[in-house]
This record gives sequence, structure tokens and C-alpha cells, in this order.
Amino acid sequence: MGQTLAEQILSHAAGKPVSAGERIVARVDLAMMHDSISPSIIKILHQELGADQVWDRDRVAVVVDHVAPAATIQTAEHQQALRRWVRQQQITHFFDVGRGISHAVLVEEGLARPGMLILGSDSHSTAYGAVGAFGTGMGSTDMALALATGQTWLRVPETVRILARGRFRPGVGAKDLGLRVARLIGADGAAYQSVEWHGVEELSVSERMTLATLSIELGGEAGIIPPTGPGWEEHAAQRGITVPPWLRVEEGARYSRTVEVDLDTLEPQISVPHSVDNVRDLSELGRVEVDVVYIGTCTNGHANDMAAAARILKGRKVARGVRLLVVPASSEALRQATADGTLATLLEAGATIGTPGCGACIGRHMGVLAPGEVCLFTGNRNFRGRMGSPEAQIYLASPEVAAATAVLGYIAHPAEVIG
Amino acid sequence: MARIWRFGANVNTDQIVPGRYAPYMLKNEDDLRKYPFIEARPEFASTVRPGDLIIAGPNFGCGSSREYAPLALKMVGVGAIIAPLFARIFYRNALNLGIPLFEADLTDQLEDGQEVEFNAETGVIIADGRTIQLPPPPEWMREVWREGGIVPFYRKYRRFPGAASV
Ligand code: SF4
Repeated sequence: MGQTLAEQILSHAAGKPVSAGERIVARVDLAMMHDSISPSIIKILHQELGADQVWDRDRVAVVVDHVAPAATIQTAEHQQALRRWVRQQQITHFFDVGRGISHAVLVEEGLARPGMLILGSDSHSTAYGAVGAFGTGMGSTDMALALATGQTWLRVPETVRILARGRFRPGVGAKDLGLRVARLIGADGAAYQSVEWHGVEELSVSERMTLATLSIELGGEAGIIPPTGPGWEEHAAQRGITVPPWLRVEEGARYSRTVEVDLDTLEPQISVPHSVDNVRDLSELGRVEVDVVYIGTCTNGHANDMAAAARILKGRKVARGVRLLVVPASSEALRQATADGTLATLLEAGATIGTPGCGACIGRHMGVLAPGEVCLFTGNRNFRGRMGSPEAQIYLASPEVAAATAVLGYIAHPAEVIG
Repeated sequence: MARIWRFGANVNTDQIVPGRYAPYMLKNEDDLRKYPFIEARPEFASTVRPGDLIIAGPNFGCGSSREYAPLALKMVGVGAIIAPLFARIFYRNALNLGIPLFEADLTDQLEDGQEVEFNAETGVIIADGRTIQLPPPPEWMREVWREGGIVPFYRKYRRFPGAASV
């Protein structure tokens, strides 16, 4: 009998063949923690568990991304203490303010690799599925236990298979596929399960991160894209990454369900306030005027996302009364956008550029929303109060829709701008 | 007596404690007790009593991995949370903190504000003379509750619940 990708990775991590439903103890390949949750992890690790050292300083990655640079004395002090801890523990992989969002950074650096079990102090750690890893988010206590022992305990999840057929139409992409699946199966449609995304071989690793990060919005424990196809090969070749021979899509793997999406007919999707699975076709949405367009996050703040927006913004201006905020997912994405002219196009259109990182995604700094404001956001959550005031309205869509919206001042299809 | 606090489906961690009120953003971590449901139910934090019950629809605790969401509920003494389905990370976090969770849908059986008797050990609720038996959680989970959370559990047994070490 075949195994799902999640079963293969967890079998490897458990050191024995395991299948869905079993509770296991597994070895952790990489543990990621960021500035926002690190203080509580460190406190539990040392004060409550009584551990002096992390289990393996080469297998811990620390990233300052959630409030970067620090916005208050309070966050500055926490970051100062974190830097001290990183030095004291001699953590090998430390990425300070400006390097970018943890998930993007670990993928770009080649630290996240196929077949790994990666825990992160962040629910969007499903992102590592973009490179064929089992990435999953955990809270402070689970992270502290993993740092102390190098192990974690899990129930091996069943897997929902997403089967995309056909090809994306122009102006439609990974974000629309992800939101479409949220609409089809709901915010708990993959609860306690892994999601495997098939039929997306053409997508780049950044585009795969869009799907992998959206997997948690389906309730997924992990969201894995098989590490095959041209998009994967380019990423792997640049970094000298190989796929372990035991990791491959197997005939006869058992899926709890299969959800098919026809890309040939897929239109731009839009998630309306206040839940991610509240999705419609953009064409069904009436006229919605916006105050802010925000392009960024681990879901859609990558170099390709900024470039897609720039193609629509080229030679055009942001509408009067609209702010366009662009927060690159990483310094590497910003470097690429600078090199290929994307950044100049965005600036000429009237965009404001933030420091690579999470920005206003969790409503702490760099673009927090006021009561009554309407935001078109390329991120992954439109929960009430997520980006600031609970009286603000957040709509989720792709970077292409974001760019068209910035030009027209109301939520718009890219075709309305570029014809 | 325990008071019922009733919520709908898909209660997310931003509703339980918005990111702006994370311990990371606070001068004093103990202030976290002021913020559970600060925007969704502003009267909750100041009027909830130790032992009160939260009952909710499916997918309770969806969203982020912030353990300070269940921690804030623990700080104000929530006695148990009852929902037909919990989001996975929230479930782990609450279990790790020793907060009793039961999987059951009581949203059309109990009213918001209703006073009931509740026993977490037996999973029995008595409401207006009517007895509701909650489905018993597995033994490994009760083991964690008995120790008061995963940290005291791990310190005592040096293993994960219901499993040997690798
Ligand atoms: S960009 Fe937003 S969703 Fe992604 S890791 Fe940062 S805060 Fe979380």
C-alpha cells in the first residue's frame, strides 16, 4: 500500500513506517522561532523545563520578522534579549531585522528541504510544504519541548488531495486556486489533516508558498506540494538540493478525499470580511471602494508577486485617496525587485515600500488600519481586527487584483486596467 | 455554579486575543488577563468567574499558533471549553496548558449566561435538572490534565503522553 507524502515524512521522522491515525514521537529536523513568540519559548525552555541548551544549535533558526524593526521600547527590549540569547546559545541560523519573513527566508536559504519535519512557532509554518517538507505550526510549549529534546509528538494526519486540472488563465494564479479551495472545503475542511497539492508542477517555489501558507486557512496541519516539476527544479538546482529517494508520490496512497479544481475556468477569487473561506468570484462582487491596498506577507509578498503587480501598475498611478503599501517578503525579494526594475515601477506608481518582514499583517505596525477603513490585502487572513481596528474591512485577493484595485480605487479585475 | 459563555463557529485566535495584546507587546505579562475577547465580548474578561464554561461551534481557536490565546483563558480561570471541533494548534496549546477540552456540540442545548453545575473529571453538566454527559477524553489526555499541563507531565515522566521516547 502506498503512503501519502505526510506519511512518508513522518515515517522517516519516527524511524519506522507509520500511517494516518497513529500517534507518534518524531525527530525534528528544523525548529523555527520568531521574535513575537521567542520570549515565551525561551522562558518555558529554561525556567519551566529546566533545560540549559537547545538540543542542536544547527537545527534552530531564529528570525526577527514580526515587528521589524522594533516599533516600541517594549518590542526593542524583547529583541535585544533575543539577540543576547542567540549569542549565548551560539545559534547558527539567525536572521535579524530586514532579512524578511521567516518562512520566505528559510526557503530561500535552502534550510527548508524536501522530506524534513519542520516545526515553527507560527501557524503559517505550513509554508515549508512549498519545498516538499512537512512544516507545521506549534505553540510556545510545544516549541520549547522540541528545543529541549529534538522531538515532538504528533498524530499522523490523513491527507486531503487537491487536484488542479488545466492551466491558469491570464491574471489568475496560485492565490485564486488557494481561495477557491477555501471556498470549496471551508476553514475547517482539512482540520487535523495534511493537504497535498497536485497539478501545480508549473508553479515556482514562491507560488507554491502561496498554496502552502493557505493550507492552514483550511485547517491543515501541513500543506505539501510534491517537489517535482520545472518550478521546483530551478529552486533545487540553484541551491544544490536533492530530493530524498524515499519521498515521492505513490500509487495507492490513501486520501481522505480529493477535491478537483478546473483551472481553465477559474476566475480571480476574493475573500470578503471576516473569514478566509467567505470567498466569491470577483465578478460577483459589487463595487467596493478601498482606502488601502497592501501587497506583502508570506503568502503573496514575494518577488514574483511584486513583479505581477508592477506589470499592471507600469505607466499608471495609484488612485487619488488610496495608499499602496508594499512590504517585500524578504531582502532577497527586494533585491530582485530592485534589479529587474519592479521597484522603480512601484515607486513611480506611488507605492510606499516597507522593511521586509510581516509588516501590518498582524496589525502591530507599518500600516495599521483605522476604524471604517477598507483594505485590499494580498495576505492570508481577513479576521476582524487582524490588521488593526476591528471596524476595518479586509478583503483578500491576488497581487494582480491588488494592483488593479490600487489604480482604480475600487476592487477590480486586472482586465479592467490592462484590457 | 458555572456560567455558560456561548460563541459561534470559527472563533479565531485574533478574536480570543488580538495580536496587539500579545505578551510581546505588553509591559507586564500578567496584563494578558485583561484581554481575552477584548473586542468580541468586551465584558468577558471583567465578569468571567473561575470555572465558567465556554461552549462554541466548530473550529474553535482557528488561526494563529499564539499560545497566549488559551493562556489568557487559563489566567481568568475558564473551567473547560466545549466545541464539536477544535483547530489543531489551539487544541494542542490548551492541552499543554492543562485546560480541559471536550468535543461536543452544546450550542443549541445551553443558553448564553445560563448557570450550570459542571464536573471536569466526570464530564457531567447539570443544567436545570437535566444531565448532559460529555464524551470522555482519552486516558493519555486525562494524564496531562492531572499533572496540570504538559510541562509538569514531562518533568515527571520524561516522555510524551501515551508514548515512549524515540
Ligand atoms: S506575514 Fe503574516 S501570516 Fe506570514 S508569518 Fe508574518 S504575520 Fe504570519
